[in-house]
Amino acid sequence: MEKICGAALGVCFQCKKCSSGCPVAKLAKSRPSEIMRQLHLGAGNELLESDLVWACVSCETCSTRCPMGIDVAGVIDALRKLALERGAPKPAGNVPLFNRAFLRTVQMFGRSYEIGMVAAYKLGTGTWMNDTEKFPTMLKKGKISLLPPRGGDRKTVRRIFKQSKKNQGPQA
Amino acid sequence: MRYAYFPGCSAESTARDMHQSTLAVARALGIDLVEPKGWTCCGATAGHQTDHFLAVSLPAANMAKVRDMNLDMVVSCAACFNRMKVANHEIAAHPATRKQVGEALERDYDGSVKVRHFLEVLLDDVGLKAISRAVKHSLNGLKVACYYGCLLVRPPKILKFDDPENPMSLDRLVEAIGGQSLDWPCKVECCGGGLSLSRTDVVVQLTDSILDMACRAGADCVAVSCPLCQVNLDLRQQDIRKQTGRNHQMPILYITQLVGLCLGIRRDELGFEKLMVPASTVLEKVAAN
Repeated sequence: MEKICGAALGVCFQCKKCSSGCPVAKLAKSRPSEIMRQLHLGAGNELLESDLVWACVSCETCSTRCPMGIDVAGVIDALRKLALERGAPKPAGNVPLFNRAFLRTVQMFGRSYEIGMVAAYKLGTGTWMNDTEKFPTMLKKGKISLLPPRGGDRKTVRRIFKQSKKNQGPQA
Repeated sequence: MRYAYFPGCSAESTARDMHQSTLAVARALGIDLVEPKGWTCCGATAGHQTDHFLAVSLPAANMAKVRDMNLDMVVSCAACFNRMKVANHEIAAHPATRKQVGEALERDYDGSVKVRHFLEVLLDDVGLKAISRAVKHSLNGLKVACYYGCLLVRPPKILKFDDPENPMSLDRLVEAIGGQSLDWPCKVECCGGGLSLSRTDVVVQLTDSILDMACRAGADCVAVSCPLCQVNLDLRQQDIRKQTGRNHQMPILYITQLVGLCLGIRRDELGFEKLMVPASTVLEKVAAN
């Protein structure tokens, strides 16, 4: 863990500042300080199923306020990385699928394409009806584009994605 | 004043109003913004949560293009601003990362392009005095809750934007154009960011408590400078009303829309019609002077 995220986990003394400031701690079953403590106690793969790992909004309040300078958000990043690598069960809202859908449009068009992303995500989660009532207004106000974005340097972006896939090895 | 301007993907979709008002304000203040040709997505939170290499390389591809333009890079989206600065930091601090990124880009990039938020240009380069002088219509004491969110201020060691707990840059700008900036406790709280679609339940709860606090502080509107904050706070008011019965009716404006209004720029050039919660109270107050 320390190797992946570069944080010195041992200096945490459980002041719980990270949990007090965490906007999702009260909505999730586990808190950042609890994850830190579980890591001290040698927890393994069970941590990857903690709902905080994907409910975390990456706001970095925990890292900013930690009196010992631990990058707590970096610890969560590392847990996400391991969860993806080790195929942990799908979290609520299937955030990894959302991220993949988003990145797939970037890979294709060089820039993100909302309709494509939303369609792929909804197809994967079966949440067709969510937010559909907002779609006509957003379209009318020009807040959503029907056509995919143009003008981005797709060649460079495709090379980046190719390299990323190579880095992750054959299982990715 | 000439800069390379990175609009970001949301400038072509949910945040056209941010993009339009940034360009209009820049024009009015004599700031020259040049788009780098072929700019691409910064990877946003999805990139950051998926793969470190993607999270660094996608922003770097854009900064390498700006390197050739010999200009500072100006960003108006707080999320892109954050990803660019973090990527620069990673590349400058880790030679191995720099090498790997360079291989994918087929060119070396050293992490040296200066990345600045459009707000920094307004505050530091144009200056508050010059902006005050250019004001044609004052905000007329409009009570504004300035909302910074996460990505402008954290991580502070890398972004070096403002105080991470009580930032004041937006507030100073609001005061300079005749508004009253409010002292309120949610300036740097999180709106739920990129979880808008995947964990709407989380976003509805977070935005509800932020909006509730803005209402209690007596705000006429909330000023933002991040497209994720704007969409979540503006669009989710419908869901909050349905789920909790609370009707905040709080206009969520980009700071550039407020500045543009004061500079006398036409409302349709500032994208006011794109707001989900209409800003009629704001417009009436400004028109009254």
